[in-house]
Amino acid sequence: MPKDSGIGASSKRREDVRFLSGTGNYTDDINRPGQAYVHFLRSDVAHGRLGAVDTTAAAAMPGVVRIFTGADFEGVGSIPCGWQVTDRFGEPMQEPTHPVLAQGKVRHVGDPIAAVVAETYEQARDAAEAIEVEIEELPAVVDMKAALADGATKVHEDLTSNLCYDWGFIEDNRDSVDAAIKGAAHVTVLDLVNQRMVANPMEPRVAVGDYDRGTGDHTLYTTSQNPHVIRLLMGAFVLGIPEHKLRVVAPDVGGGFGTKIFHYAEEAFCTFAAKAVNRPVKWTSSRSEAFMSDAHGRDHVTRIELALDADNNFVAIRTDTLANMGAYLSTFAPSVPSYLHGTLMAGNYKTPNIYVNVRAVFTNTVPVDAYRGAGRPEATFQLERVIDKAARELGVDPIALRRQNFVTEFPYATPVAVEYDTGDYNATMDKLEQIADLAGFPERRKASEAKGKLRGLGVNCYIEACGLAPSNLAGQLGARAGLYESATVRVNATGGLVVMTGSHSHGQGHETAFPQVVAEMIGIPEDMIEIVHGDTAKVPMGMGTYGSRSLAVGGSAIVRATEKIINKAKKIAAHLLEAAEADIELKEGAFSVAGTDKSVAWGDVTLAAYVPHNYPLDDIEPGLEETAFYDPANFTYPAGAYGCEVEVDPETGKVTIERFSAADDFGNIVNPMIVSGQVHGGIGQGIGQALLEHCVYDEDGQLLSASYMDYAMPRADDVPFYAVDHSCATPCTHNPLGVKGCGEAGAIGSPPAVVNAVIDALQSGGKDVTHIDMPLSPARVWAALNG
Amino acid sequence: MRIELAVNGIECVGDVEGRTLLSGFLRDGLGLTGTHVGCDTSQCGACVVHVDGVAVKSCTMFALEADGCSVETIEGQAAADGTLNAIQQAFQDHHGLQCGFCTPGMVMSAAALLKENPEPTEAEVRAYLEGNLCRCTGYHNIVRAILAASGQDVSAIAAE
Ligand code: FES
Ligand code: FES
Repeated sequence: MPKDSGIGASSKRREDVRFLSGTGNYTDDINRPGQAYVHFLRSDVAHGRLGAVDTTAAAAMPGVVRIFTGADFEGVGSIPCGWQVTDRFGEPMQEPTHPVLAQGKVRHVGDPIAAVVAETYEQARDAAEAIEVEIEELPAVVDMKAALADGATKVHEDLTSNLCYDWGFIEDNRDSVDAAIKGAAHVTVLDLVNQRMVANPMEPRVAVGDYDRGTGDHTLYTTSQNPHVIRLLMGAFVLGIPEHKLRVVAPDVGGGFGTKIFHYAEEAFCTFAAKAVNRPVKWTSSRSEAFMSDAHGRDHVTRIELALDADNNFVAIRTDTLANMGAYLSTFAPSVPSYLHGTLMAGNYKTPNIYVNVRAVFTNTVPVDAYRGAGRPEATFQLERVIDKAARELGVDPIALRRQNFVTEFPYATPVAVEYDTGDYNATMDKLEQIADLAGFPERRKASEAKGKLRGLGVNCYIEACGLAPSNLAGQLGARAGLYESATVRVNATGGLVVMTGSHSHGQGHETAFPQVVAEMIGIPEDMIEIVHGDTAKVPMGMGTYGSRSLAVGGSAIVRATEKIINKAKKIAAHLLEAAEADIELKEGAFSVAGTDKSVAWGDVTLAAYVPHNYPLDDIEPGLEETAFYDPANFTYPAGAYGCEVEVDPETGKVTIERFSAADDFGNIVNPMIVSGQVHGGIGQGIGQALLEHCVYDEDGQLLSASYMDYAMPRADDVPFYAVDHSCATPCTHNPLGVKGCGEAGAIGSPPAVVNAVIDALQSGGKDVTHIDMPLSPARVWAALNG
Repeated sequence: MRIELAVNGIECVGDVEGRTLLSGFLRDGLGLTGTHVGCDTSQCGACVVHVDGVAVKSCTMFALEADGCSVETIEGQAAADGTLNAIQQAFQDHHGLQCGFCTPGMVMSAAALLKENPEPTEAEVRAYLEGNLCRCTGYHNIVRAILAASGQDVSAIAAE
């Protein structure tokens, strides 16, 4: 019987009621009395030297309150980067400054030059058009290889080149990996591109700055996945506002997928301007603006080599990647192609020798940072594509080749510095074979062929590292922040609980899932528990939601705080029951004395905590509120096996996804309905990457895919129903819930399955095609078929 | 310019500029922020409302054009006591939403679909949603929810 509440129940989401009724509270729904509106004048050239910015005519236009330019931000801090990577020679990465409004140069289409604050949006926009800007256009650096060539134009003249870092992982293994590859029986080489993506949460970014002259308090309402991180980065590094004078609120947020982690110039601007003009200042991004100002994702160009011995055992992997950083370093950008990518290069396989080389490159494009999966999809894609290619070259079954090389004993220390605690990769592969009905594939292929279509099957595995991260390890690797999570559990006198969490929900359903955990621990109904998140004034501290960390890290903090509550409540119960504390048991919302029928209800204990007439005042304080900070001992390692079946129309090159199946091991599951939904959404985005989406610049740095007219988002009729399963659970060994995280798996695991399937289809049609770069548009597939 | 219209059955009067979009008037003029704006090229469908019974992307229509019309928004879908209607309830029951940003448009589009085609096939639902983007759900549970709201049995379509 499925449970109907607590851990393991598919509790319906309580947040849905407001979202379905139109009463959510998204940032753009917030309006402050007397607010003015800002419009940013953005560069329409990719690279140029800024001359005079003449705002005289614009300032005289109706409704204009004030116009700001880069000069207003001299003496204000640079938008900071939160991660410093050390290169393979032991030197720190090159780190440019990033002004709130452009100073001296513009470096990508969309770089903000000036900002008009006016009574209405329309007036701000009209006035921005009247600003006269002198720009001496410079050659744009767009292609990464060209950016690294001798004599290339520099994006940042104060840096020595366009190379941010040249990172080797693990550098000491470079020579031994070279030797292993030289001595191998077979080496498969694959060159591929993991194309630039735009995260595109459906809610565009919004920022509302507010300032109270009477108290000196700043408030920023913003579409963020981590309001406390924004408070720290913006307060300490950009504007010099101490945390106790700065409140950051991220209310209902309409999706993030990574791109709302980062601290953006528009947030700093609205906070700064609200004080300068002494009025609330609001900015709402248009979608067109989002395309040129939200951090992009992926954009790697890679060569991967997989070496095998004569028995088809993997002996070495070597990769060489160029990773685009764009024009500035976004908050976590340097960590994505390095630590979030290199550490996963072992995948699910026991390959003894691995070396990952990544050169991160500045170009005149929008900054690139984490997008759902962040580094792990790039690692998975390379590895799972090269394994498929190797299987074809060797004439062996791709599933059998994978199984032969699976890690089967845990814990397993990879040659790329991480230790997998648990997993069972054969179990998820078995499950995939079952739910995807792989045995029935040959029949289905025949049926497709009878219709004149090619049918292909693609399978792959993935592993990812979630639950970022042990703070001490992250610190050694260059993180400039801790990566714990905090929770405060406040029990009210009448027994209800408020849980304040530093995790942030922007679609993940925390308001429903977190109470399931607490309800299970105490044995009370879920509706006695309320979740508060997204406001630095209400939640003591938080590192936010990304990297599938909310339940594994934030949930663990909630468990720890709830344990403290239970311990204190037991002391109170022991006093009320006149029994020894060690004899008190908590079950189904009541404290009892073991072996007796004496008990006291949860509500009586909580009331006693606040009305301490009969209370152990000599031993403990009144009240019932506890805080815990949880710093994980390791990453968690969700893993799984994905399968995709496609039909290819040889006349047009159009690919249709016929089946998609996912067998995941997420460890223990709190809410299976929500977990499935996370996987569905990730698969949708992965199919989007594989078949449709591509953020394209021309050679002058003009953004060609700047709206939904040109950037192909997956729609309902581009995808099928998915078969997902997460019954193969090997619980995480080091967090109290045994959970691993499920937010990114779908996006990580699905692109290689799709591409492997298309290649299989083309090969079945007699075409010796070994690779097509994503997105596999009809034009590219047709060209491969007819090339 | 003055406009008069009925929104969710309530007579409203507005003073709008010629360039004010219906979506902007609903959100800023009437404070009905359930109607969302997700793009500027009429592609995403977050802004779908019904005007005189027809599903319309409210970002593609000037408020002036709604003068004298009857407009239905997401705020008017539940019963007066807050009870969700059948489509809204199906979205909750089948987890047809995550961040909720596309949801008002999805619900309004689904209502229009079921009005013209009370028992659509999966393919018809997917085709009808061509103008509604969702970035969170991969559409799986949205399609299930709409099929379920039409009274069809979706238990055979994997939920978990
Ligand atoms: S806001 Fe109307 S279609 Fe996107
Ligand atoms: S639920 Fe987030 S966009 Fe659809």
